[in-house]
Amino acid sequence: MNMKNDVTATPMQVGAQQHELPIDKGGPDKDPPTGQSSTGKQLALGLLFGLTFGFLLQKGGVAKYHVLIGVLLLEDFTVIKVMLSAIVVGMIGVFGLYALGLVKLHIKPTRYAANILGGLMFGVGFALLSYCPGTGAAALGQGNLDALAGILGLMAGSYFYAEASGFLGRTVEKWGDRGKLTLPELVRVSPAAFILVFASLLVAVLVVVERTTVR
Amino acid sequence: MTRTVLAGVALALITPGLAVAASPGTDPLAYPGPAWSPYLVGALIGLLSMATFYFSDKPLGASTAYARLAGMVGKLFARRHTESLKYYQDFKPKVDWEVMLVVGAVGGAFLAAWLGGELTGEWLPAMWTARFGADSLALRLGAAFLGGGLMAFGSRMAGGCTSGHGISGTMQLSVGSWVAVVCFFVGGIATALLMFRV
Repeated sequence: MNMKNDVTATPMQVGAQQHELPIDKGGPDKDPPTGQSSTGKQLALGLLFGLTFGFLLQKGGVAKYHVLIGVLLLEDFTVIKVMLSAIVVGMIGVFGLYALGLVKLHIKPTRYAANILGGLMFGVGFALLSYCPGTGAAALGQGNLDALAGILGLMAGSYFYAEASGFLGRTVEKWGDRGKLTLPELVRVSPAAFILVFASLLVAVLVVVERTTVR
Repeated sequence: MTRTVLAGVALALITPGLAVAASPGTDPLAYPGPAWSPYLVGALIGLLSMATFYFSDKPLGASTAYARLAGMVGKLFARRHTESLKYYQDFKPKVDWEVMLVVGAVGGAFLAAWLGGELTGEWLPAMWTARFGADSLALRLGAAFLGGGLMAFGSRMAGGCTSGHGISGTMQLSVGSWVAVVCFFVGGIATALLMFRV
């Protein structure tokens, strides 16, 4: 539980957070001082997980230009099916491992202004490129050479952001900063109960999508 | 004579239209779908997420890798300046787990496409060509570069991309991730409809 939430929590929220599974949201969102993510073993694991991830993205069709632009045209729902299935399984699985004390969580901070403005900007770029950072790598792997221009753009845009990071960190990224806020805290129920209801809801959405769309 | 010329002009005007009509055009469903069930693939990505949390203490994510690579290139040209930037003080420009993940993803997708007979080796996606013409390579590369740039800036500001927010953040029930993903789709749908349906 991070400091920010402790300071701003109302007595009711504190009560809600003391359910059987108080969430430890992990450390700050930056490189750990020891740099354990670049040991040889972790680099090898990263490559192995990457191979699996790219393999799955390609088999799921989400390295294909028309499948990705198809979801943005609201005509091909493959992307939604992949994402929601991954979220349902991952949500139950990761929180399950967390409840057993086997993993730490890495919850991303909620900063409303930056989430919304950055998200909209991302969306415009998503349609123009039609590959996202993960599926772009997969698109290149399957032979879509136009992804190369996208990768150069991703690098250029990242550097441009780094140039602006000091300013943005002092302004936009402070607006509506709620720290590592989670949905169960927002609606004040225990994580376990929330996951049960939410996973069922997402499955119901998938059933509706499957029944009402062509693909 | 005049009639022949007119017929020729008419044919020249009609032919591109016919060519588009004969190709699958701008209907995404007329092109091949996924090789495997998207539900199976999604579920396996969910399991993969559990594995990355357990074995690497990391959520799946892709966009930070491009930022680190860009920082490495930046260091070649302007070492001090690059290292002075706030972002690169928090996220060092180096090859880390996530950079390897993205490199691996290129290889994994190659393997999947090769085994499945789906290697493309093309500069222009067929659906793009159907909309913007076969001679639109410069436009495609320009749009892809600009799109990549906007995406990277947007994902750094929002705090993640379709992997980091869209899969890993949402499954951990982060409010910011759900807000960001909705905005990804709002911005994307509006832009895609302008590109293909106006």
